[in-house]
Amino acid sequence: MAEFRMPSLGSDMEEGILVEWLVKPGDRVKRRDVIAVVETDKAAIEIEVFEDGVIDEILVPPGRKVPVGTVLAMIRTEAGQGAVFPKEKKFLVEDAPPTGAEIEGKAPPASDVPLVPASTTSLKRIKASPYARRLAAEQAIDLRRLKGTGPGGIINAADVEAVVPTAKAVPPTQPPTVSAVEKSVVKDYAAAMRRAIAKAMVRSNREIPHYYLQTRIDMSRTLRRLESDNLKRSIKERILPVVPLIKAVALALGDVPELNGYWIEDRHQPQEAINIGFAIALRQGGLITPAILNADLKNLDELMASLRDLITRARSGGLRSSEMTEATVTVTSLGDLGVEALYGVIYPPQVALIGFGKIMEQPWAESGMLTVRPILTATLAADHRATDGRRGAQFLDALNRYLQEPLTL
Amino acid sequence: MTNGVDTMRTLTYREAVREAIREAMQKDDRVFLMGEDVGRYGGCFAVSKGLLEEFGPERIRDTPLSESGFTGAGIGAALGGMRPIVEIMTVNFSLLAADQIINNAAVYLHMSGGLFNVPIVIRLATGGGRQLAAQHSRSLEGWYAHIPGIKVLSPATLEDARGMLWTALQDPDPVLIFENSGLYNMKGMLSVDAGPVDIDRARVRREGRHVSIISYSASLFKSLDAAEILSKEGIETEVIDLRTLRPLDEKTFLDSVAKTHRALIVDEGWRTGSLAAEISARIMEGAFYELDAPVERLCSAEVPLPYAKHLEEAALPQVDKIVDRVRKMVGGDG
Repeated sequence: MAEFRMPSLGSDMEEGILVEWLVKPGDRVKRRDVIAVVETDKAAIEIEVFEDGVIDEILVPPGRKVPVGTVLAMIRTEAGQGAVFPKEKKFLVEDAPPTGAEIEGKAPPASDVPLVPASTTSLKRIKASPYARRLAAEQAIDLRRLKGTGPGGIINAADVEAVVPTAKAVPPTQPPTVSAVEKSVVKDYAAAMRRAIAKAMVRSNREIPHYYLQTRIDMSRTLRRLESDNLKRSIKERILPVVPLIKAVALALGDVPELNGYWIEDRHQPQEAINIGFAIALRQGGLITPAILNADLKNLDELMASLRDLITRARSGGLRSSEMTEATVTVTSLGDLGVEALYGVIYPPQVALIGFGKIMEQPWAESGMLTVRPILTATLAADHRATDGRRGAQFLDALNRYLQEPLTL
Repeated sequence: MTNGVDTMRTLTYREAVREAIREAMQKDDRVFLMGEDVGRYGGCFAVSKGLLEEFGPERIRDTPLSESGFTGAGIGAALGGMRPIVEIMTVNFSLLAADQIINNAAVYLHMSGGLFNVPIVIRLATGGGRQLAAQHSRSLEGWYAHIPGIKVLSPATLEDARGMLWTALQDPDPVLIFENSGLYNMKGMLSVDAGPVDIDRARVRREGRHVSIISYSASLFKSLDAAEILSKEGIETEVIDLRTLRPLDEKTFLDSVAKTHRALIVDEGWRTGSLAAEISARIMEGAFYELDAPVERLCSAEVPLPYAKHLEEAALPQVDKIVDRVRKMVGGDG
């Protein structure tokens, strides 16, 4: 038996709302299957499972906000088949002490406590107005307990509001109902996002001793190759200049692996996989940095496709948990807004952030000649605990080298 | 403003429209008015009475009974740099000019690759309730609101009747202004210095928290009267005046629904395929989870409007029907 817990989808995440289960007890799941949707302060994220097995029991109903680490569901794994553990129920409620042996395929315990998903316990559809449903979910009130007074017995908002006091009056073992403050914060997405960013950045500035390096890179060779490649492509398949930059970063990180990884518990932990978090501005404001997984193994077409896909999903919802948790380094580009150079704040626990400004035509001296070239200012913000400036400089040097040899990209 | 007495005066909706036309003619000598009977007869609703004497036949032009012809001429004049106001006597007759409006005015900018815009303003009377029988009582503004490329305005208040015309004339694209003929005699107070108003935003004309009535034009006042009656029963009704039917300012009514959780649309058009249907759909798309009751619509009975007074009244949305419908929607929990 394995525990499926509320994951931490970023260093700044403390709790999440379990929005939706995509599986029910008895469903077979494979590693990397998306089985639930969790809403964080930043976005709704699809959560993947890390074991093969069968969903045994769902412990947290949709609509509930729980801390990171809370056991959300129990999964019967192949290895643990037949073995029975007394369940540790971090979350559940007054009438559910560990019950010892559980029988395979058993439905979740029928408690009259908040919001067991109707689909797993009752086939009867409850008639309630959309607004009443939303209110009930926010207050963690089970609609089945309510009597509808609307036309045809429909439960409306007034019916939900009528029981709110009782729902609040069972404090001792009841998990805290969402307070008014939290509620308004959840509603106000922009504010929640701002808070989440604030938390991460405060931590970064407090804990990470940053050092900064900057170099100017002649982009003419890379751009020339991109241009000639793009001529052969349909407009839809054309590659944006940021894509070879991402690829060059991935290759350069291969040469300077110390910049790719984490600083956790006073220990430097370089990572083998190169997962590049790419900062994406959201339309409602704020930003999110999902990762392009294994960027070093992808060619430019694949990177372009990944990037397009990530941007679409970041803005419409549907990022996956692995994309949110597994970035090993972050790239951020403000060139489209005309910024010449940017000095980033590292996203903890990562140890480096690469910033790109605008590619600008500039006077450029080479071999004693003065010419005009498209120049990019690349910066590195790195964690001085993990690396020293010399390694950082080697990284920027490698980055420059790859961009001078576009055929290697 | 100094004090209320000196700065406000009483006038009719008709006079407000006339003032707007007169001001536009004075401000911009490219502006001229043309349509059936607008000159010597003073307009079939007496809107343009006196303007011929003031501005002469060059700028107040009587046209033959040829809606397609003079609307087309207006479009041509607009393309040629003029700022025509074309009056089509009622929306019923605009169908003869629909080809000009829909197939020419609305698409010219697009068809010319952005080279030619058509800054025409077309005024049309609309609505029933004046015992003019089926052929003169239609509310077809919803049809025009279907067409991309034109703006459709629907001034209900004196302020809008006075102010929307100049804003419309400033618009580089075709604008249709629908004046409900039942409103021409409406009297009210208007500021002496009333002038242009925006045409981008709907307005909350009455605040409330139990139900939103979304309406426009003549139905707005029926809705406001109903809200007054309902308030005595403790039902607080929010009343929204759409003002512009295309493009719809959906934020205003979605925000309102998010506050009241119930919506009733009152629209003098027929229910099937109506503007009310469009608004209802947008509420479903934009505020479904705010709804505590199904969106309701109160429209005209789906018949050609009768001539007989009591039958016509029965066919149109009326105050008592609005009150009745809201009571049912709110269901006593007021």
